[in-house]
Amino acid sequence: MTPEFFITRHNAMVDPFLRVWSWEIPVYLFLGGWVAGMMILTGFTLATGRHRERPCAASALPGVGLVLLSLGMLALFLDLEHKRFVWRLYTTFQPSSPMSWGAWILIAVYPVLVGSWLVRPPALAADLSASVERASLWLQARASLVRAVGAASIGLGAALGIYTGVLLSSLGARPLWSSGLLGPLFLASGLSTAAAFAHLVARHTGERESMARLDNLALSLELAILSLLMLGLLAGSAAQADGARLFLGGAFTAPFWVFVVLVGIVIPLIVQSLAVAHRIQHTPVAPVLVLTGGLAMRFVFVYAGQASHWAHGVWASLP
Amino acid sequence: MARYGMAIDTRKCVGCMDCVVACKTENQVPAGEARDWIAYETAGAFPTLRMEIRSERCNHCDRPPCVACCPTGASHVAQPGHVVLVTPGACIGCKACLASCPYDARFVHPDGYADKCTFCLHRVNGGLEPACVSVCPSRCFTFGDLDDPNSAISRTLASRRGHTLLPAAGTGPRIVYLD
Repeated sequence: MTPEFFITRHNAMVDPFLRVWSWEIPVYLFLGGWVAGMMILTGFTLATGRHRERPCAASALPGVGLVLLSLGMLALFLDLEHKRFVWRLYTTFQPSSPMSWGAWILIAVYPVLVGSWLVRPPALAADLSASVERASLWLQARASLVRAVGAASIGLGAALGIYTGVLLSSLGARPLWSSGLLGPLFLASGLSTAAAFAHLVARHTGERESMARLDNLALSLELAILSLLMLGLLAGSAAQADGARLFLGGAFTAPFWVFVVLVGIVIPLIVQSLAVAHRIQHTPVAPVLVLTGGLAMRFVFVYAGQASHWAHGVWASLP
Repeated sequence: MARYGMAIDTRKCVGCMDCVVACKTENQVPAGEARDWIAYETAGAFPTLRMEIRSERCNHCDRPPCVACCPTGASHVAQPGHVVLVTPGACIGCKACLASCPYDARFVHPDGYADKCTFCLHRVNGGLEPACVSVCPSRCFTFGDLDDPNSAISRTLASRRGHTLLPAAGTGPRIVYLD
């Protein structure tokens, strides 16, 4: 029989279950993952010399990434309870804390994004500022430096994308997050949303086509990791299995299956597969659904993870 | 080096909440928040019911996840006593420590930093007992150094059966509830 449990404490942040993070953290994780995907795409373009063809991945993504990352960091800052001490993040490095790793990764990401942006700055920026044009020409004349910026962009993008998931999975007190697969899942989702965005804004048919193919690959990967994550949780401890059941009949079943799986992965995967097979035309519907699903995934995992907990009643289960 | 811990006799605790009031007074805990609290757990089916009353607080774990996840080092293990403390001026209020604690022992102080039980280290360093221990009318607490085989707590734990909360969480809690 289920034990009764009363407690004299009432802490709105932890009773009856954790509620420490609201919209700010899912938005930050989404934007961070999205920018991580953009950095990988841009990095690949720069490292392979394809930036000379001036694709969207080289000319548009770094600038958009700078804006999105800044918005994400603003959301993260808004979440802090002790805002005037935020500078303390940069007076130390705590190797056991993913959040500390993330803070330093974000510092390294900015100059790489600026470097990537300078390789192919938008024509308007180059026209308005002579120094931007000079810096861009100087950089373009050094192919090995451009390749190095590309390689750094790929490495830091992967680190940033994985970090957004590891941030949650390192908090072992919440069984739903207790999986090393959250990092790869959020990285795959970030890559998928970046490819979807490039698909949405690319002008050249060839680039749109290749972004749709890449997005299909990332979505398939995301679906596979999500399945493994659920299997792993169900085969884990009782608390982890209870966490997985939040998506299998529990409180988060509808948002998970409708917004994360169907809207965010399955429907766009079908639509884009038909498009790349030339059975239907490319439409903005699929990429918009992917972006919506990516945001929904962060919201669902952050909120459901907070609702999962180690059950009380340990004493009651003793013989 | 000392490693402080606490044994709480569940056969003596009546849930009077003197420990809670003493802690709030001693540590000026803000209204609406608590560093310690009482949990009542009832199990079984009528008429064979069993009840346990527990005074709960931070478990000052041997492997504290709140310290591992802290990005600034504000949450740290202090000596002597291997007690988990928070430096308010280093805490950014990210709440990762609240999310990482399986015992939900932390709260956010109205000034913005994470707060929790300190085992009244300021009293213990002066040769006194923690406030909750000193006021308990049923004397159900035993506080002391777990690494000293001659301490009162080591002798108590050697002679009585007890359990910790959520051992599966793997954090090595140092508060033992005597059966």
